[in-house]
Amino acid sequence: MAAKAADFLVYDEVAGVYRENPEQAVRDDVEKHAWRHVGMTILKDWRLYLMLVPMLLVFLLWRYLPMYELLGCFKVPDEVLPVADQYFSGFSYFKSLLVGTDAPDFWRALRNTFLLSFYGLCFGFPMPIILALFFNEIRSNLVRSTCQVLTYLPKFMSTVVMTSLVTMLVKQGAITSGYGIISQALASLGIISQEVATAGLLNNPDFFRAIYQISGIWEGAGYDSIVYFAAIIAISPTSYEAAQIDGAGKMSQMRYVVLPGILSTVVIMLITRIGALLNIGYEKVLLLYNPTTYVTADVVSTFAQRKGLEGGQKGLAAAAEMMNNVVSMLLVISANTIARKASDTSLY
Amino acid sequence: MKRKLETSEMIFKVISYTLLCFFALACLYPFVYAISASISGAHAVDYCEVVLFPKDVQFDAFARMFNDNMFWNSYSNTLFLTFYGTIWSLLTSILGAYALSKKRLLFRRFFNFFLVFTMLFSAGLVPQYLNYLDTKAVFNAVGITDDKWLVVIAMGMAAMNIILLRNAFEGVPSEIEEAAIVDGATEFQVLRKVYIPMCKSTIATVTLFFAISRWNGYFWARQMISNSNEHPLQVFIRLKLEEYTDPEQMAGWNEVFSSDSVIYALIVCSIVPILIIYPFIQKYFAKGVNAGGVKE
Repeated sequence: MAAKAADFLVYDEVAGVYRENPEQAVRDDVEKHAWRHVGMTILKDWRLYLMLVPMLLVFLLWRYLPMYELLGCFKVPDEVLPVADQYFSGFSYFKSLLVGTDAPDFWRALRNTFLLSFYGLCFGFPMPIILALFFNEIRSNLVRSTCQVLTYLPKFMSTVVMTSLVTMLVKQGAITSGYGIISQALASLGIISQEVATAGLLNNPDFFRAIYQISGIWEGAGYDSIVYFAAIIAISPTSYEAAQIDGAGKMSQMRYVVLPGILSTVVIMLITRIGALLNIGYEKVLLLYNPTTYVTADVVSTFAQRKGLEGGQKGLAAAAEMMNNVVSMLLVISANTIARKASDTSLY
Repeated sequence: MKRKLETSEMIFKVISYTLLCFFALACLYPFVYAISASISGAHAVDYCEVVLFPKDVQFDAFARMFNDNMFWNSYSNTLFLTFYGTIWSLLTSILGAYALSKKRLLFRRFFNFFLVFTMLFSAGLVPQYLNYLDTKAVFNAVGITDDKWLVVIAMGMAAMNIILLRNAFEGVPSEIEEAAIVDGATEFQVLRKVYIPMCKSTIATVTLFFAISRWNGYFWARQMISNSNEHPLQVFIRLKLEEYTDPEQMAGWNEVFSSDSVIYALIVCSIVPILIIYPFIQKYFAKGVNAGGVKE
């Protein structure tokens, strides 16, 4: 600290007193001017900074202020008091979620979140790549663009319309009506039994993950193939010709020309996907699940929605989601860092 | 000179054609089925006699929908939300993205981080819900009692779209801007006369993303809009689905059309506008995906 004080005060040996350090005064002045400089720049350019204001306000009010409400996961809930004044309850919610009374449900939700994403990675991820490879085989422009337009189509449907269609197509049978057309088809092919079809596939926990993945592929595979298709058509035709002259068949061309050409895109997409492993959309699950399928369908965000918005345990729900989101954020950041190291391209 | 196709090539071609056509038809089938089922008779729908083409054609399910005032109400609410929501999101995004694209902006790195952080971490459902409740209280206090405005103003902002726009603006050569400034243009004029015309296709893409997400918005609209007259179409569809698939409520159903037909009719009604404009907009959709995929 003594060294620091010497910056501001110097000992005047003639008068025998401490005086202000003249150099420090100059430094202070520069600092003051730096801020004045900032002020002047903003004033001179006020239109530019004014343009920034609405966007910053929207993000501040409706993206950052909710993060302040996250304090609620350490507090005893209270209807009247604002979150900052509520009583501190320590880590009781976290304890309850991890080892206490809510632990079975929470771990189940966490497991389901991970598994739904993981199966999506295994089945949903390769589909667009395969589609793009097939698109590339079709030389007729008319056939190809027709196929492309048809496969992008489901992406335009809202989650509500999509899930309503799915619900209707596999719906349970009733006294007055039969079951959904897809259940009917599966039952007549012998894939599922009549009883299962009559009970409704969405009421059967064994089928939830399959329905979720298949409807996901139906909805997104065509649209996601655009990126890969763009990468494939960017490969120079001379590469194929060279390979053909060297005697490469179709499979060897795939292996040595197409695959290296799209590899960087695939890697980026894969890393992004891995980063988003715990980041699953709540809307689709919320619209497809019901109490009979919680075993396989309940994910962390729907768990939080049920506990917090319907059950009134807001602190508990906030704590559950916060744990999920923090881990998710770490995953995204590390995935992004790996992507940047591996290929000089990253998302942010 | 035409080269003869090799056997492996032939096989691969046949496989791709078959599987692609199969997948494309599978994508289309649920929609065709929905249309057929919505205009088929009660017995045909209930006993799965409708597979592809309609049977015992009736239009009463549609008539029932069209006679429902709530249906038209929800439709107009959706149009309202989509129109004003898209304008509001687009306006704030374009202005913000333009400022962010300028190298001379002070604290540029901080503002960028401010945006990107919202993509990395979100507070979660419950904190957002509490926040929207507070916002609602403030809106009510200043006299805006229509919850649709809350949905329009407070929701639907996406950092990704702003970044898309920012990158497009950064791609405009600075010489053009300098020329405009020498000619005496202000910042707003530069944006309006130079940047917006030059980045038309990105703006079209972003508009499309905003409009689609507004049209499809469901969860928060259901949570925050308390008056059922203000519900948008998506909420209306969901509520109808919940009502019509409940066996207890449907026990006394006795019409020439199945209760399922009403749901299918609703689904058809909600996708028809999208199907009509789809051919015109799908190329922008494709463009957005390629632009948004990877950043340097």
